Amino acid sequence: MASIQDIQQDIIDEFDMFEEWMGKYEHIIDLGKSLPLIEEQFKTKDNLIKGCQSRVWLHAQHKDGKVIYTADSDAIMTKGIIALLVRAFSEQKAQDIVEADTDFINQIGLKEQLSPTRANGLVSMVKQMKLYALAFQSQN
Amino acid sequence: MIDVNDIRHQFPTLHQEVNGHPLVYLDNGATTHKPQVVIDAISHYYEKLNSNIHRGVHFLSQQATDAYEASRETIRQHLNAQHLHEIIFTKGNTEAINLVANGFRQILQEGDEVLVSAMEHHSNIVPWQMACQSSSATLKVIPMDEMGVLDMDSYKNLLSDKTKVVAVNHISNALGTINPVKQMIQWAHEVGAAVLIDGAQAGPHCSIDVQDLDADFYCISGHKVYGPTGIGALYGKEEWLKKLPPYQGGGEMIATVSFDKTTYADLPHKFEAGTPNIAGGIALKTAIDWINQIGLDNIVSYEKELVDYATEELSKIEGIRFIGQAQEKAGVISFIVGDIHPYDMGMILDKLGVAVRTGHHCAQPVMDQFCIPGTVRASFAVYNTKEDVNRLVEGVIKAQTMLS
Ligand SMILES: Cc1ncc(COP(=O)(O)O)c(C=O)c1O
Repeated sequence: MASIQDIQQDIIDEFDMFEEWMGKYEHIIDLGKSLPLIEEQFKTKDNLIKGCQSRVWLHAQHKDGKVIYTADSDAIMTKGIIALLVRAFSEQKAQDIVEADTDFINQIGLKEQLSPTRANGLVSMVKQMKLYALAFQSQN
Repeated sequence: MIDVNDIRHQFPTLHQEVNGHPLVYLDNGATTHKPQVVIDAISHYYEKLNSNIHRGVHFLSQQATDAYEASRETIRQHLNAQHLHEIIFTKGNTEAINLVANGFRQILQEGDEVLVSAMEHHSNIVPWQMACQSSSATLKVIPMDEMGVLDMDSYKNLLSDKTKVVAVNHISNALGTINPVKQMIQWAHEVGAAVLIDGAQAGPHCSIDVQDLDADFYCISGHKVYGPTGIGALYGKEEWLKKLPPYQGGGEMIATVSFDKTTYADLPHKFEAGTPNIAGGIALKTAIDWINQIGLDNIVSYEKELVDYATEELSKIEGIRFIGQAQEKAGVISFIVGDIHPYDMGMILDKLGVAVRTGHHCAQPVMDQFCIPGTVRASFAVYNTKEDVNRLVEGVIKAQTMLS
């Protein structure tokens, strides 16, 4: 498994290929469509993230020393963004997730591409992922 | 007749590029842009008048007071209220409704009922919930049908001598429905209930005559009628305003104060505690004068033409579903396309320079009834054009292609 840092760099490179917003958006939409869905049983109120304008569910599980995230949203663009986050953080060690830098979101120009409300949702999502990791870390 | 080019010239904010495209602003239900005269009126106050009102004997204070009170008179005429002291300045409709609902906390009793409609803005729901909670009264809901029209038979059945207040919007911000408020008020009065009409969306889109309607309370919001934010007006019938307790305590709203007892000022000052938004109040007159100069009837018929054109053009889009299809509609087209989430649509439209509102429009119960997460809402003002509509339609089609 590549490190969080390497994966983030891959994502940055991937987005660098698109000069225009349209390409970036279309890429996010494609990613959204390919996101592995969360199991229906985890789409609970508890797993809903506050601060997102569309509904976002995030589920985390600790398995063999790694955190596995699954997520879903009712909006496809949001789903695409979650797909990026899941790609960067899922199946990594809790400690690595807690310590990870999340600046890649800024570097791919997503924050500026997305409306402020959406960007806030993004911040909430990252925060929630880190909170899960922190909880798993302290269990050990 | 409307000379839309001339009108557009008067709105500086309209002339800008957004994301590389000329701005198309179709979020007028949230707030309208301001003509130069309104912007000038605000500057003029701070440049030439700036003084506190109703207090000083000095020249500037007197001038500012006169300008502020002249605005009250303009609002009175605009709403056709009988008395000047029936017009209360507020900071907007949210405050106006809170002012009234808060007063009713002390009037409502256990067993009493308050009726709101299924298509209210949160600001005409939550204050009543709070009032009911603290007085043990019951909140009941007037249902609507799948077209977004209130069910008048149910309304009639809900009315009884327990009904103390009916609170409905004149025009729905989420659906555009124009409600038959005159009829509703008449029926409510037959059982002795007071009626508050939330005129936030009616202000810019229809002429209002509170005496003809026989409304007990009617509120409008400045920022939705080409005026500043943070200012609005509440009309209340004299007898009701006398009955209601003050909303906030402080300066301006008192006659005499001692530590034993305070007596309240007469209307309208009883409800206007503290230094108000003076510049806003003065500029609201400018905004209303501006509307009247164009003529509300001209605005209404021009906007109807636009909304009809937009509805016709949008209905050519495959999979579009209009939310709110009342016969009587104004200013607003709410829709969803296929199973595309409104946020996805809104984000792409934004990239194309088209500003719409997406989401539940502060009317979550409406979205629940239609089982949708929200809608895309295009809402119109007198400065919009058919070209704006074309850009919207192109944008929706583009978003649809990208998202499906
Ligand atoms: C129907 C309706 N009622 C109330 C409000 C709230 O008004 P204000 O912004 O003046 O507080 C709005 C504004 O969105 C509205 O559309």
